[in-house]
Parts: sequence; C-alpha cells; structure tokens
Amino acid sequence: MQTDSWIPLFPESASSFSWQVDALYFYLIGISVAFMIPVVAAIFWFVVRYREREKFATPDEIHGSIVLETVWSIIPFVISMTIFLGGAVVYYTQYRMPEDAMQVYVVGKQWMWKIQHETGQREINELHVPVNTKVKLTMTTEDVLHDFSIPAFRTKADVVPGRYTYLWFEATKPGTYHLFCAEYCGLNHSGMIGSVVVMEQNDFESWLQGNASNLTPVEQGRDLFENKLGCASCHAGGSGQRGAVLENIYGKEVKFVGGSSTIVDDEYLRNSILNPSSQVVEGYQPIMPTFKGQVTEEQLISLVAYIKSLSGVDASATAPSAPAAPAPAPANNMGSNSNQGGR
Amino acid sequence: MQNADGFNPSLMREPKDSYLTNGYSLKSWLLTKDHKRIALMYLISISVFFFMGGLYAAAIRLELLTPGSDLLQTATYNKAFTQHGILMIFFFLIPSIPATLGNFLLPLMIGAKDLALPRINLLSLYLYWIGGILTLYALMQGGVDTGWTFYTPYSTTFSNSYVMAVGLGIFINGFSSILTGLNFIVTIHTMRAPGMTWFRLPLFVWAHYATSLVMILGTPVVAITILLLAIERVVKVGIFDPAIGGDPILFQHLFWFYSHPAVYIMILPGMGVISEVISSFSRKKIFGYEFIAFSSIAIAVFGFLVWGHHMFVSGQSIYAGLVFSFLTMVVAVPSAIKVFNWTATMYKGSISYDTPMLYAIGFLGLFLVGGLTGLFLGSVGLTVHLTDTYFVVAHFHYVMVGGQVIAYLAGIHFWWPKMTGKMYSEFWGKVSAMLVFVGFNLTFFPQFILGYQGMPRRYASYPAEFQVLNIFSTAGASVLGVGLLMPVVYLTHSIFAGKPAGDNPWMLPGLEWRTQSPPPTLNFDEQPVVTWEAYEFGEESGLDLEEARRAAGRPSVV
Repeated sequence: MQTDSWIPLFPESASSFSWQVDALYFYLIGISVAFMIPVVAAIFWFVVRYREREKFATPDEIHGSIVLETVWSIIPFVISMTIFLGGAVVYYTQYRMPEDAMQVYVVGKQWMWKIQHETGQREINELHVPVNTKVKLTMTTEDVLHDFSIPAFRTKADVVPGRYTYLWFEATKPGTYHLFCAEYCGLNHSGMIGSVVVMEQNDFESWLQGNASNLTPVEQGRDLFENKLGCASCHAGGSGQRGAVLENIYGKEVKFVGGSSTIVDDEYLRNSILNPSSQVVEGYQPIMPTFKGQVTEEQLISLVAYIKSLSGVDASATAPSAPAAPAPAPANNMGSNSNQGGR
Repeated sequence: MQNADGFNPSLMREPKDSYLTNGYSLKSWLLTKDHKRIALMYLISISVFFFMGGLYAAAIRLELLTPGSDLLQTATYNKAFTQHGILMIFFFLIPSIPATLGNFLLPLMIGAKDLALPRINLLSLYLYWIGGILTLYALMQGGVDTGWTFYTPYSTTFSNSYVMAVGLGIFINGFSSILTGLNFIVTIHTMRAPGMTWFRLPLFVWAHYATSLVMILGTPVVAITILLLAIERVVKVGIFDPAIGGDPILFQHLFWFYSHPAVYIMILPGMGVISEVISSFSRKKIFGYEFIAFSSIAIAVFGFLVWGHHMFVSGQSIYAGLVFSFLTMVVAVPSAIKVFNWTATMYKGSISYDTPMLYAIGFLGLFLVGGLTGLFLGSVGLTVHLTDTYFVVAHFHYVMVGGQVIAYLAGIHFWWPKMTGKMYSEFWGKVSAMLVFVGFNLTFFPQFILGYQGMPRRYASYPAEFQVLNIFSTAGASVLGVGLLMPVVYLTHSIFAGKPAGDNPWMLPGLEWRTQSPPPTLNFDEQPVVTWEAYEFGEESGLDLEEARRAAGRPSVV
C-alpha cells in the first residue's frame, strides 16, 4: 500500500465510504482556500497600500459597519452548516451498522489485537476479509482503552473496557492495509499495529479452509454454557427452571423486578453474566452468582454468540458469501446500553 | 517606525523611581503586593517551564527523525510527550498571557493602582510555584506516561508512573488560575478610573474578562476530576474503571468539560493582544469594537458546550456526536468575525512594520489555518478518520503555538518598553518574528498531511513511508527553536544595554502609555480621568502628536 511518490501525500482509499470522507476533505480544502485567499490578499494589500507615510499619522476613523458584520457573520455560518451536514451524512454512513454483515470479534489487549471469525479462525494483529463484503466488528478490550483504526478505510472506533463498540466497513480493493491502535494505551502503544488483508472472494475461501479447525464462537459458547461454566444447570430446558429463559429473547423486550425493562442486546447479555443482580428478570430470584473474573472477554463473546443463537440469530456460522437473513430494525453502534435496535 | 527616542522629555530628566527601583532585596520581591513585580516573577517562571517543555519537544522531534524507536526508548518517549503536554499546557499556556501581561497591564489599562486583591494575586503566584515544583519533583522522580489527557483506566489502574503527584501539582495550580480569574473580574468591575466606561475598555481587557469567566467556571471541574481520580486510585472506589464498576467515558466527559474551555483560556487573551497590536500599529480605531468584545464573550459561553467534539469516536452516542458537531460549527463563527474585523482595521490605516506588528500579522495567517482546520475536525464524518492522528496535533499546535504563543510574543515585544523602560533591537526582533513564522509552518504543516494519511499521534515508532514528512517537521522545529531562543537573548540584553524607550515610544492613547516607563509602584502619579474613547489616535486623545512628529524628524540625540 506504499504510494509511489517520493513524498506520499494521500493515502490509499479502499472502502465503500472512503470516497465520501475524501470528498468532504476536498470540499473543506476548497472552502479553506476560498476563505484564505481573499483574507490574505486583503492583509497584503492593506499592509503595502496603507504603509506608514508619516510618523504618528492619524488616519480617518472608521467605526465599523453593521452591514459588513452581518454579512461576514451569516456567510461563515451558512458555510459551516454545509460542513456540518456533510459531516453528519458521512458519520451516519460510517457509524450506522449494517444488518447483513459478516461478523468478526475483536478483543484488544496491551499490546495486541486478538481477532476471531464467526467460522472460528483466530488471528493476532491481522484481519483477513473478503473484498466487497460488509464486515462488522464487535469489539471490546481486556484492559485499557484502544482504538481500532484503518486509515485506508477512513474509519476507526475506540475500544472500551466493560462494553462493546462496533465498527463496520466494506473493502473495495484487495490489498494489505495498516491497522493502528489510535488511542494511547501505554508502553508499547506504537507497537500495537497490524494489517487488514483484503482478499478476493475465492482467495478468502481458501484462506478460511487453510485455517479451519477451531470451534466457532457459537460452538465454544455452547461448550462453556453446557460444560465448563455450568450455565445449563439453571438455564437449559425452557421455562420452569431456576434461571431465566434464554430461548428466543434476543431483540425482544424483557421486564425486570421493579418494573423497568429493556430490549435484549449484546450489552444486556454481557452485563447479565457479569452483574446478574443488577437486572433481575421478573419472576426470578436474584440467585445467580457473578461470573466477573471467571470468564475472559473472548469467552464472553462466545457466550453471547451462543445465547443469540438460541434466538435463531447467527445460529450457524454464516458464510461470508451467504450473509445472515436480513433483519428489519436499524442497529445503533453507539447505543449506550438499552436502545440498540432489536431483530 | 523607529524607536522615537530623542523627543521625549522624560528622557531628559533624571530617572525617576519605578516599581523596579522600589527595593532590591529578595524579600521586597517575594513579599511584594505589586501586580507588576508579580507579573515579572510569573514571566520568569513560565519562561523556565516553556524552556523545559521545549526540551521535551526537541527530544520528541529528534526521536521521530527515524521510523524506529531508537534515540529514545518507547517508555522514555511516552514520558516525553506526556510531560511536554503537561508543562506546556498547565504551566505555560494557561498562565502565559493572563498571569504576565494581564497581571501587568490590567490595572494600568483601566487606570488603577493595583489589582483589587493584591494579596490574593501573590497567593496565586505561590500556588503556581507550589504546583509547579510538585510537578517537577514528580518528573525528576520518574515522570508520568499517561498522556496529558490522563485517560482512565490507564491512568488509574495500569500506569506505574507518578500520576498522583502530577495530578496534585495540576490540582494546586488550578487554584492559581481560579484566583487570578476572580481577581481580574473584581478588578474590572470595581477599579476602573473615572470616565473609563465599559465600552472605553481596551479589547485586551474584554478578552481577559471573558478568559476569567472561563477560569472560574471551568477550572473547578478539573479539580473535581483529579480528586475523583485520586479517590479511585487510592481508595479503589469504582468511578472510572469498569473493572470495579466505573465508566471510563465519564472521565473523558469531565476532563474535556474543563479542557476544551481551557483552550479558550489559552487563546482569548492572545486575541486581546492582537486587537491591541493591530489597532496600534495601524493607528486606526479597531473595526467593530462591540463585535470583537462580544465575540469574546460568545466564545467563552459556547466554549462550554462543545467538549464532546473530543469524543466523536469514544463510544458516546451517535446523536451526541451530531449535536456536538453542530455546536462546534457555531463556535467557529465568532472567531471568523474577529479575523474579519482585524483585517478591516488595517484598511486605510497607517501601518508600520515594527516587531509586534510582524508577529501579529503572522498570528493572522497561522490562526486562519488553525481555525479552518478546526472546521475539518468539527465535521464529524471527517474527524472519524482524523481523530487521534497527526492532523489533530498539527491543528492544535497551529492554534496554541501559531495563535497563542505568537500572540504572547507580539505582546511581550509590544509592552517590553513599558515593562522595562528599554528598547530591544528592532533588527533582531524582526529576524526572530520571521524565523518563528517560517519554522513554525515547516514544523507543523507536514503534520496535516501525515494526519490525513493516518499516522497516529503518540507513536514512538511509525511505518517507514511517513519518514520524509517527519524529517521536514524536525528540520522546521530546529528553525522554530532558534527563532524562539533569540528573544531570550536580545530581550535580556536590552535590559542592560538597550536604549531608553521613553514613556510612549509609539505615541499611543492607551492609559498604560500615559505613565512613565517603567511605571511607578502606584502606576500613576495622579488619578487619571478618561475623557477619550478607546483607540483614538488623533488629537482627541490629547497627545502632543505635532511635537512627536517634529521630534521624530530630528536626528536622535543619544
């Protein structure tokens, strides 16, 4: 991805929305130049034309002009609103998560990126994705803040401990692109780099074959649920159990003791495993112990993926070429914890 | 225009007593209540901090000459950029103009004997020293590596550096800022000379009024934030760390609720200086006085509503991002109004190219770039790409150094004759102004390009394709460094060997120019009464311009 010129001036542009960011950039450069030329020209003209000709001269006073002040308040305001609107449109594209994307899970950790595909493949500091396919990253971190940044795709998002953040892109050009951690994370921050490898569909298929083996997140989640963590002893087998029903709840409303409610989403499931007593489902006792400290972020991702599969969401590993069934509601990447759209 | 010595009768008489001759003992300085002496002590102190921050900057730029982390180890580099930021922001930029020029000039400009609360003024200097020494102690002990932003949970749980000592230093230093702001507001309200109405105040005073509002309303928030940080770090109560039930994003909200307005603490006084300098060296009434005055207030108010634009990619809600982007665009307008008014002030003026004016014209150019690139970063879709890259680094250096530091230098050169009674070398002044301008652009312009290419900030090592632009940047930094060191030499030299400046070398109407240079301890021999409007350079000001012109025409008698 090295550019050819001696001094690289412009980065590779390789995602479905990177042209929009570039367009906005050039629009702003245009505005800046159009704004600077007259002001700088006026400064030069005045400095030369009205240079001092007599010491301590007293040129005629000009107090100001309401007309001019109004004009040069309104014009910048209008221009700045076009910049705002342009930015808002692009932001909406960047941060509104598509429904039909291939899922990839990312866990940041000082100082590496641990990545797992829906089909089970694991990578460190490398992310292989197929070209012309929407990819959605579900990200969290084991320790401090990180930021998953891919300049060639013109997008990034902070990775925040204790919650999930999301990022999506659709690569348009095969190639290898920089992956940076863009949020300072301590000693080896500048070493927390890697690459995103965009491959032709066929190449990606064979890459998947060559790296098969691992259990998928859903399979790992089932193993944890049924064997390692023993969740099944209370939660399996539908209603009548001590633990709340988990089948077919994802995207639906759930009521809590005390009267509040929320829509079941990733964040809610994660929180229910770590802080079960904070939101007890109506009709159940607050008897579930916390699993904080007993499960890693990667295991949590698997558990959430498995519980989602009980609602028929991402039930089987979705092949990238055959995306999951389309779902209706919009998903909001930045949702704090309750308003993520359901499916 | 050359220094107009030779005409001024004050040069002919015996040197009178001034605030500088009012006692020579250490005690007479350390226990002084004279705002001018306190200002000078601030000037020396912030210069020391600026020099140390500059050393860190030099280390950073040298390390970045090569892609690898070779000159400095990564751990050292992380401390270098952190400490560069902490020293420059908290101990140089925030106090720079208010504590030195503001302290020195506010009472003079409004015709007062001193600030309203002289002992509080001395206390604020001592708090600054205590905070500064504590911070320096922490740096000597091993320093801090969190970045000047102290983001949690790294700063509370993971960093093994001296976070708490530095935090305490900043906490104490904050009170210095609060007391200075309080003092200025009380002084401007209660100490104005007869006839000095609000709309006769120099715009420098308006700018300091707006700055003071931000200081007393914003600084307590950073104090609270540091306190919460300490509680979490020491007592392990979960406030910001999610592992014990806190929210790391909350820290960012609190931090930026202060630190964004703090940007205006840094730039507003600079804007005040520029209003004075451009008007004075164009000998023209400032264009749109009320618009400049109220745009300062508007910036101070809107400045409190835009903190979230530092957090577009942090995980705050998408709708919050849109609202903060909108408000950021709104706050750009008053800054644009100021630039237009400054430019219009020069129209049909009588412009001389003295050193302060060269700095001020440089400010206009650099502030334009800084302000316009602020629009890039306020446009939320674009800033998702630009956040945490060198584009941000370049932008805030254009505003903070290209804006504030250049304005500070313009102000120091403008009022140096008043503060010391001596004139510095015009030649070296001009050379330094040009070097700073060229060196600055060479240092920071390449960083915009680096940023758009995606080079992240706070990287000790970087991919090889970014090297060429980094070499430009480091080369520029060496020119900038020379340009910034020169004033230290020729200004210091002028104290001992400079020509006497006279009371009013540029025949300006402001009250500070109507007392002797350097001013007496009580500022004015008799209570001034203001009968003229601000920025009247002609006969209405009551200055004897005819005599001054005649004297300027004569060969100077030394």
